[in-house]
Amino acid sequence: MSKAKRGLIGVLVLAVVAWLAPGAMSADPIRVAYIDPLSGPFAATGENGLKQFRYAADQINRAGGVLGRQVEIVPFDNKVSPQESLIQLKKVIGDGIPFLFQGNSSGVAHAISDAVQKHNERNPGSRVLYLNYSAVDPALTNEKCHFWHFRFDAHADMKMAALTDVIKANAKIKKIYVIGQDYSFGKAVADAAVKMLGQKRPDIQIVGNELHPIGKVKDFSPYVQKIIASGADAVITGNWGADMVNLAKAANDGGLKVPFYTYYAASDGVTAAIGAAGVDRIRLVHESHPGNPDAPKPLADHIAGYKKLHANNDINQARIHTALNMLALAVKKAGSTDADKVAAALEGMEWTNLSGDHVVMRPDDHQLLMPIYISVHTNKGIKFDYDNSGFGLSLESKIERDKATLPAACTMKRPS
Amino acid sequence: MLELALFSLLNGLVFGMLLFMLSSGLTLIFGMMGVLNFAHASFYMLGAYFAYTLGASVDFWPALLLAPLLVGGLGALVERFGLRRVHRFGHVAELIFTFGVAILVEEVVQLVWGRPAKSYEAPAVLDFALFRLADNAFPAYKGFMLLVAVGIFLFLFGVFTRTRAGLIIQASLTHPGMVAMLGHNVPRVFMVVFGVGSALAGLAGVIAGPVLGTFPGMAQVLGSIVFVVVVIGGLGSLTGAFIASLAIGVIQTSAVALDLSLGTTAASLGLPVDGGGALQDLWRVTIAQVAPMLPYLLLVLVLIVRPTGLFGTRET
Repeated sequence: MSKAKRGLIGVLVLAVVAWLAPGAMSADPIRVAYIDPLSGPFAATGENGLKQFRYAADQINRAGGVLGRQVEIVPFDNKVSPQESLIQLKKVIGDGIPFLFQGNSSGVAHAISDAVQKHNERNPGSRVLYLNYSAVDPALTNEKCHFWHFRFDAHADMKMAALTDVIKANAKIKKIYVIGQDYSFGKAVADAAVKMLGQKRPDIQIVGNELHPIGKVKDFSPYVQKIIASGADAVITGNWGADMVNLAKAANDGGLKVPFYTYYAASDGVTAAIGAAGVDRIRLVHESHPGNPDAPKPLADHIAGYKKLHANNDINQARIHTALNMLALAVKKAGSTDADKVAAALEGMEWTNLSGDHVVMRPDDHQLLMPIYISVHTNKGIKFDYDNSGFGLSLESKIERDKATLPAACTMKRPS
Repeated sequence: MLELALFSLLNGLVFGMLLFMLSSGLTLIFGMMGVLNFAHASFYMLGAYFAYTLGASVDFWPALLLAPLLVGGLGALVERFGLRRVHRFGHVAELIFTFGVAILVEEVVQLVWGRPAKSYEAPAVLDFALFRLADNAFPAYKGFMLLVAVGIFLFLFGVFTRTRAGLIIQASLTHPGMVAMLGHNVPRVFMVVFGVGSALAGLAGVIAGPVLGTFPGMAQVLGSIVFVVVVIGGLGSLTGAFIASLAIGVIQTSAVALDLSLGTTAASLGLPVDGGGALQDLWRVTIAQVAPMLPYLLLVLVLIVRPTGLFGTRET
């Protein structure tokens, strides 16, 4: 073989490779990690979240994907343990996945957020973006904020501000009992409740401020007896997962009849556990229209489509749709999956969510600003129930975005 | 305040008796095998799930009988075709085998029933308040739980101390060689003990499922505390398991009602309190907050003071 011939073949091979490579690249999916509990006491919550992410990703993919690539959700089980989460985060980074979603437990969120920030500062070549869809400790976007963290749920103070507005209007409430899980989120809820009630209704007495270990309490009856003994006429709780199911059960059994103001007392078994005993008594503060009585059309279609696929699960976190779609839009705008570019595109991004609300990602602290809804547990006029129980949430009041917005308290350092 | 104390005690008794139903089987199986059975709480979970499924087709009451029988049968099969073979290879193999069974059961439950909690409800007949005191209600279902547990307790003690079968079981636990020499089929005794122990755990699951929740993590949640009970009571001792169960049940529930902390106690005794510094959290933590930790604290204390447990005869 002559030198010229060999050179020609070489060029041909290179040309073929060059022609194939972009094709192979564009067929590569955009991988998005999902780090949440898929086993243990909170598995039901994590599993349902994963299904909602995959459902939202499938919709994006059917519409042609992002930059011609499909979106693939890659699940990692963290057992709601911060240590386990850090191990999973290493895997995510090792696999070269640029985006990760996590939501269950602010304790975990703090661990991941810290680790992501340190990793990104030290490794500018392999930065990752932490997209928090549910962990609502205010500190994550306040004193602990950083450029690579974005939150798509209203934080505990925003929700508490809305809840306390409702409580303020109810003159019958004189004594309040606060009970929560003993970790950063439970403490954040308790602190916010005490502070805001103190400002809005100084006449209300906080008759109990209880923290119990997260995921460890088997029977809540003793706590319920304590609430009854305190003479409280309303309860505020941030409990979620099995802790909310068991608290609701014990309250029903123990004869606790006072109203509950909650963050997560719906779906994943909670609604079924509350049942008839909680009608018009359990209220929930959340970021999306509850689907009843009159769901906005996009939300109704979204729920109906999901129910066809997963008859035993519910759309209980419509923000998952918002979060994934805003990420997809940011990747499109940035034209790449580079963490810094996508983060820059997300800053200030506006979006109309399934509830028809106009939401915006505040650049100052990466907190999504949105209206807040307060709903009540009932079986009247329920079109979309939870847990196939016939009970569901019905809209009671809506706090518009500008009223639900709290000032930013973050000094954001951006990569130069 | 009085009704709070009374209800704490009642709840403690209910929870304690429930723990006893689990720990009695576990401690007997320990006496037999010489190792802890990690899969014990898994049988408890199976009991709840079986009853949930059976309850949907037949009713709660037949399920109350059928589910423990099914679980007991399953337990006997595990012993006959699993543990008995593994037994030859020593304690470590047995331990790992039971550990494997526990993981297997959890995975199978998730495959068959899914991850979300099941709405396994108490029967409507028992859905009323047994009695009321001030604003507190004591659900009839809890009274029923207590009744079943006490019945089981009496039955077990009757069998153990008053019947020939109980005599043979007790002898087999301590002197298997001698009992075999006398012409008894010791492996079969072991199978029966394992089966009955599993059935008891299953029964505990059937009656606890509606109160403590029926979800794939339920075995894990209760498993650790049952080990604590068995170790505190003394491995292999039924009396020990009984006393430790009640003690832990009552301590854990009544501690929740106590809002005392080191700081407030010291202050009420007139001692100078240093509220700041590195130890400020220690001063402020209340007994209620550490309630779920107390059984483990008790475990450590018992192991230091009396390594055999309260009524045990061998070192743990």
